Amino acid sequence: MNKKKAGGIESFHPPRLYPDYKSTVLRAPHRPLILVPGIFDDAYGPVFGESEVGPDDHDLTKNGRRDGEPLGERMIVHGKVMDLNGKGIPNTLVELWQANSAGRYIHKVDQHDAPLDPNFLGAGRCLTDQEGCYLFYTIKPGAYPWGNHYNAWRPQHLHFSVFGRNISSRLVTQMYFPGDPLLLYDPIYESAPETTRHLMVADFDLDRTEPMFALGYKFDIVLNGRNESRFENR
Amino acid sequence: MKLPTPSQTVGPFFAYGLTPQQYGYDFSQWYNNKLIDPQQHDDSIIITGRVFDGNHDTVPDAMIELWQRDGECNLFGRVGTGTDPDHRFIFHTIKPRTDGTGAPFVTLILFMRGQLLHSYTRIYFEDESDLNKSDPVLLNVPESRRETLVARKQGSKYFFDIYMQGPNETVFFEIC
Ligand SMILES: [Fe+2]
Repeated sequence: MNKKKAGGIESFHPPRLYPDYKSTVLRAPHRPLILVPGIFDDAYGPVFGESEVGPDDHDLTKNGRRDGEPLGERMIVHGKVMDLNGKGIPNTLVELWQANSAGRYIHKVDQHDAPLDPNFLGAGRCLTDQEGCYLFYTIKPGAYPWGNHYNAWRPQHLHFSVFGRNISSRLVTQMYFPGDPLLLYDPIYESAPETTRHLMVADFDLDRTEPMFALGYKFDIVLNGRNESRFENR
Repeated sequence: MKLPTPSQTVGPFFAYGLTPQQYGYDFSQWYNNKLIDPQQHDDSIIITGRVFDGNHDTVPDAMIELWQRDGECNLFGRVGTGTDPDHRFIFHTIKPRTDGTGAPFVTLILFMRGQLLHSYTRIYFEDESDLNKSDPVLLNVPESRRETLVARKQGSKYFFDIYMQGPNETVFFEIC
C-alpha cells in the first residue's frame, strides 16, 4: 500500500489500489511512491497554438458526421480550468472522449451490444480561452455495462484529459451527471475521496442552455500544481 | 483554496480520443511518438520498452507520455501500447542534456485502465553513470531501486521496461 501524508495532494485523489475496481489489483504500484520535493516545480510541457485547433474540434455533434446528424440529446458542456487558487489557466489543451447516446464507444475493442452511430465519433478538443474557459457541443452519452462485477454499469460520463501549467497539473478525469442513480454503485466514481468526489458531477446550467437546441452543463476543473502558493490546508 | 478535481482512470477506450491516428481513427492527432523527425537529426535516439502488470503480462492498453526538457529543448510525445504486436512503446527523440544540476533524464507519465491516478517515473541513461551517481533525485531513491530508473543502451536505442509490481517494480514518484 502507498503511504499517504496528511495534506499531500494525492490524498484528494483516488488511492492507487482500490480492490472494488478489480483492474487496480495487478496494476497499482505496491511499493511506496518516492517523494522528492521540488521534482515537479519546473513549468514545462507542450505549448499549444490556436492554429492547431480544427473548426469543429470542439463540436462533437459535427466532427463525426457522414450523412446526417448524430442521434441523442444535444448538450453544451462548458467550464473553467483553474489552479488551486481559482485562477483560470489560459491556452491549455482540453481533450474529451465519450460513448455515443446508446452507450457504445467507437473504439474497436468495445464489444457492448449497442449500436454505433455513423455520424458520431465521440472525440473532441479545444484550448481554454484567456480566462481559462472551455466549451464543447456534444451528445449526452448513454450508460454502458462492464465486466467488473455482476450487473455492473458505468454511469453516464465524459472522459476529460487536461494539461495545465506544469507536469504535476496533468489530469485525466471523468465528468458525471447530476442525479444519476448509478453513481452510488460505481466503484470508479466511489474510489475518489468523499471530500472531492462531488467535484466530478457537473451542474445543470439553465443559463447556458440554448433554447430549442441543447441543454447546458457546467463542469469546472481544478488542477494540482504548485503555483503562487503551496498547498497546505487539508 | 480550491480542492482539486479528482483523477479517474483513462479506461480502455482512450485511443480514438488521445491517440487517434496511431490507432487508425479519423481524427487528427497533435502529438505522437516522434518528438523529433528522426530524418532531420543525426543524433536521434529511440527509447523503447514495455509495461508489465503484477502477473508479468505486458499491458496492451497503456498510454504513455514522454516529457522532456533540458534547458534547450522542450519536447512532448505520446503513444499507446496497443498497436505494436509486442505492446512496446517506441519514442523517437534526441538525448536530453544535463541541465547542470543533475544527470540527463526524461519524465514518463503512464495512464491505463486499472490506474485511477496516473504514474510518474523518470528515465535516466546507462551511459551517464558518472552524472547518475550524483543526481539529486536519484539520491532520494533507495540505492537498491535506482537501477529501475536507468535505461540500458544498445547502439542508438535505449531499453526501459516498466514493472508496475514485483521484485523489479519501477520507482514511481508521488505528486507534490
Ligand atoms: Fe468510459
